[in-house]
Amino acid sequence: MKFTTMSTVKSVIAENLVKTYDKGKVTALNGLSLDVEEGTVLGVLGPNGAGKTTTVRILATLLTPDSGHATVAGIDVIKDPDKVREVIGLSGQYAAVDETLTGWDNLVMFSRLYHLSPSAAKKRAEELLEQFSLTEAARRPIRTYSGGMRRRLDLAASLIVRPKILFLDEPTTGLDPRGRQEMWGVIDGLVKDGTTLLLTTQYLEEADQLADDIAVIDHGTVIARGTSDQLKRQVGGERLEIIAESQDLQKVTEIVEKVSGGKAAVDQGSRQVSAPVTTGSKALIEAARSLDDAGIHPLDIGLKRPSLDDVFIALTGHVAEEKKEEEIVDPRARRKKKKK
Amino acid sequence: MMTSISDSLVITKRQLLQLIRIPEVLIFSTIQPVMFVLLFRYVFGGSISTGIPGVDYVQLLMPGIFVQTVAFTLAGTAVGLAEDMQKGLIDRFRSLPISRSAVVFGRTLGDGALNIVVLTVMGLAGYLVGWRPSSGFLNVLLGFGFLLLFGFSMAWVGVLIGLSVRSARVANAAVFIAVFPLTFLSNAFAPTTGMPKALQYFAEWNPVSTMVAGCRELFGLQNIFGVTANSWPSQNPLQMSLIYMVIIMAIFIPLSVRKYINTASK
Repeated sequence: MKFTTMSTVKSVIAENLVKTYDKGKVTALNGLSLDVEEGTVLGVLGPNGAGKTTTVRILATLLTPDSGHATVAGIDVIKDPDKVREVIGLSGQYAAVDETLTGWDNLVMFSRLYHLSPSAAKKRAEELLEQFSLTEAARRPIRTYSGGMRRRLDLAASLIVRPKILFLDEPTTGLDPRGRQEMWGVIDGLVKDGTTLLLTTQYLEEADQLADDIAVIDHGTVIARGTSDQLKRQVGGERLEIIAESQDLQKVTEIVEKVSGGKAAVDQGSRQVSAPVTTGSKALIEAARSLDDAGIHPLDIGLKRPSLDDVFIALTGHVAEEKKEEEIVDPRARRKKKKK
Repeated sequence: MMTSISDSLVITKRQLLQLIRIPEVLIFSTIQPVMFVLLFRYVFGGSISTGIPGVDYVQLLMPGIFVQTVAFTLAGTAVGLAEDMQKGLIDRFRSLPISRSAVVFGRTLGDGALNIVVLTVMGLAGYLVGWRPSSGFLNVLLGFGFLLLFGFSMAWVGVLIGLSVRSARVANAAVFIAVFPLTFLSNAFAPTTGMPKALQYFAEWNPVSTMVAGCRELFGLQNIFGVTANSWPSQNPLQMSLIYMVIIMAIFIPLSVRKYINTASK
């Protein structure tokens, strides 16, 4: 056995990556550093615009950073991009396959582009379709696939040469719960086979489910790093959430902060007040009683498990700014799908 | 070098597969020029005189429509690439260990190859409405070869447009605005002698005109619609067209390949 099989080998290293757009006006990455140990999964967690995709694009040689340094499998991504491309697989946020072609066509085409011989390409396509339960749909054009099937095919296309290192950029964004579950199952299988994986996500739950280690990023830098348990401890467990009429928000905030013992997050738009609690349903009852005493009838009251927003509030003191962007991005994506 | 050629051919094959999977694309891209043949033949054919006894309008029209059609090759190229960009396919291609020019070379080859089908169908339609090239088989073949080369060089313009715009719809509009006037400010459909003087000069130097005049020669006709002055392009349309094609490719192939390498998909 070689020494390199020991667990301290870093498959991916990024050091002080800086990337700006629009001649320096927009900073996408602001000195981002991270690393992934061989054979493990790093979840890169952050809201839209935090720099997740930019990071992946730099590591996958699609973008050159303004400054900083990165290696993948020990190869410099800036100096030797061609070599890096031979050992990585990339599956992006939008399923990047040819929708007019069938699943089979796509996999054979990509296999040929990885320089497999025609017969090897066909064999590999068959294997991958089988592995991702797409054999039945193999001869159908991708545009007839469900979102989950497309993502699986996209993932299959990135696994043609059994890459040592796989980059998955938001593999389940836009999928329904069932599609998400299926995708998790598939990714889990890959990880068990020993693939090193860097995965970006907006969902804490997803990072929790798949990643050994999580890097939380915001405004182009890593703001926290740790296992999911470590992060959750920082966030606190459950949260008390109350939605009330606007004129009551002030009072509700006071009550919530008293019950929680910590600072409450107030979202004026959705009229929601929330804070971490450690006493579970007791906190809920206490809050409900206090509200009743104050003559306030909340529109909704409940205990919620930690979300990405909570991680952000705990780590940065501000709400993750993903919602605004999502509202802009999503309808467009939906419209596009409808057209087809 | 060998792998880079085979990579390109994989991309070309992808486009041909697309045509098989969605035959409507091929059907409509041939129906349109055939429709032009019929419309021009029967709408203008009666009222535009060629000035030569025994040569009717359709003889002059067919080379014009051939050139117009292959000039629009760049629309398909631009729209196709813009779509690939939008859908993230270009990203995937760029993450593969393939030659940096394979994707764009494969694309232009594919679009060039599509013209073979389109020109064949148009030629047959032309024959049905009375087009009879009188120059012999080899010259006719040479004429079509000439047209294919023009289509291929125009496809490279399309690559640059497709990789530069934000969406396929913009690509389509941009191409239409650029190419449509070019094909009409020429000798393709009507004599240039009726145009204002400035436009006449433009029409004479217009690559579309030299292509049309060149094809007319190769199909056994004198270049009638182009000669309004004794300028070099109208006297030597074949040579001038070749020069244009070399210039277009010399400019747009390196620019397009560079654009592809540097491009950041949206």
